[in-house]
Amino acid sequence: MPQISQFAENWYAASQIFWVLLTFGFVFFVIGRGMLPKIEATVDARDRKVADDLAAAKAAHAAADALEESYRQQGDASRAAAQKAVADAKDKAAKDAEKRLAKVDAELAEKLAAAEADVSAARTSAMAEIESVAAEAASDLVARLSGVKVGAADARSAVKAVLHG
Amino acid sequence: MADQGKVDPMHQFEVQKMFDMFHVGGHEVAFTTSALWMIVAGVLLWVFMIGGMKRQLVPGRWQVAVEGFTGFISSMMNANIGPEGRKYTPYVFSLFMFILMLNILGLAPFGLFGVHPFTVTSHFAITGFLAILSFSIVLIVGFWRHGLHFFSLFVPHGTPWWLLWLIPAIELVSFMVRPFSLALRLFVAMTAGHVLMKVFASFIIDGLAAGPAIGLGVGIPSMALMVGISGLELLVAGIQAYVFALLTSLYLNDAINLH
Repeated sequence: MPQISQFAENWYAASQIFWVLLTFGFVFFVIGRGMLPKIEATVDARDRKVADDLAAAKAAHAAADALEESYRQQGDASRAAAQKAVADAKDKAAKDAEKRLAKVDAELAEKLAAAEADVSAARTSAMAEIESVAAEAASDLVARLSGVKVGAADARSAVKAVLHG
Repeated sequence: MADQGKVDPMHQFEVQKMFDMFHVGGHEVAFTTSALWMIVAGVLLWVFMIGGMKRQLVPGRWQVAVEGFTGFISSMMNANIGPEGRKYTPYVFSLFMFILMLNILGLAPFGLFGVHPFTVTSHFAITGFLAILSFSIVLIVGFWRHGLHFFSLFVPHGTPWWLLWLIPAIELVSFMVRPFSLALRLFVAMTAGHVLMKVFASFIIDGLAAGPAIGLGVGIPSMALMVGISGLELLVAGIQAYVFALLTSLYLNDAINLH
C-alpha cells in the first residue's frame, strides 16, 4: 500500500503536507473567505427581497380587502338611505293625500248639510204656502158653494187638520 | 510499473515525484502528481465559484448551481450549530468542496486522454491533515469559548453519579478517536473503491488473455459490475465529502454549544 510505504520516503510527507497546506489554504482564503460570503450575501439579499415583496403584497391585499369592505359598507349605507328617503316620501305623500281628502270630505259634508238645510227650508216655506193657498181655495170654495164666509183663521186650521191628518 | 499483462491495483495510489523544489528541515519538498491534482482541484473550484459571483437577483443556471452548494452547507451549519455556525461556514464549505472535487477528479476518466488520474483523498497523509485541522479547530474553539469548562464535554447530561468514574473515560476515548475516524473513513472509502474498480478491470484483461471464451464470459459481467460500481463510487465521492463536512460541523457544535 503506497499510502503507508511511501511514508518511508524522505520527500513524501513533507511534500504532501506542504501542498495540501498551500492548496487548501488557497481554497479556504480565496474561495471560503473571499467568495462564499459574497454569494451568501446575494442569497440573503434575494431572500430578504422576496420576503419584503411578499409582505408588501400581503399588505396591499389587506388594504384592498379593507377598501372593498368600506366600499361595500358605503354602498349598503347609501342604499339604506335611499330606501329611507323613498319610504319617507311615500309616507309624506300618503299623509298629504289623507289630509287633503279629509279636507275635501269636510267641505263636501258642509255643502251637503247646507243644501239639505236649504231643501228643508224650501220645503217648509212651500208647505206654508200650500197651506195658505189651500186655505184660501177652501174658503173660496165654501163661499161659492154655500155663500158662507169662512174666517181665514178657521180655514187655515181646517186645512191644517186635513193636511196633517 | 507492473509487469506486462498484470495489473497492480495498488500502483494507482503511488505518488510520483515530478520535480524537486526545496528542502525544509532535512526533508525534501517536491512537486508531485498529488500536488498537481490538488492544484487542479483548487483551480477548478475557483472557476466554478466565479460562475456564482455574478450576484444577480434572478440567477442563471451556473449561479443557481453554486448557490445550491453554498446553500447546502449554510443550511447544514444552521441546522447543526445554529446562527453561530455561520462564522465557521467558510471552513466547512472549503473542506466539503475541496474533498468533493478531489474525490470526483480521482474518478473522472482522464485515462481515456492518456492522463494518469490520481485520487488525492486516498492518501492518509492528506485526509489525516484535514482531520487534524478540523480537530484542532474544535479544540481551539472549545477552549477559547469555554476555557477549562470545555472538559465537561466528557460528562454528558444525565450521567448517574456512580458512573462518574467510567463515563468520562469512555467519552475521552471517543473524543480522541475522532480525528482518526474522520481521516480513516475518507481514506478507506476512496482506496477501497478504486481498488475494487482496478480488480474488476484486471479481470477483463486477464480473462481476455486466457482466450476469447473465458474473456467474454468473465469480461461482460465484470464490465457490467464496473459500470454499476462507477456509479456507486460517484455516490460515495459525494457522501464521503458530505460526511466529513457533517461530522466537522457536529464536532464544532460540541465546541460552540457545550451542553
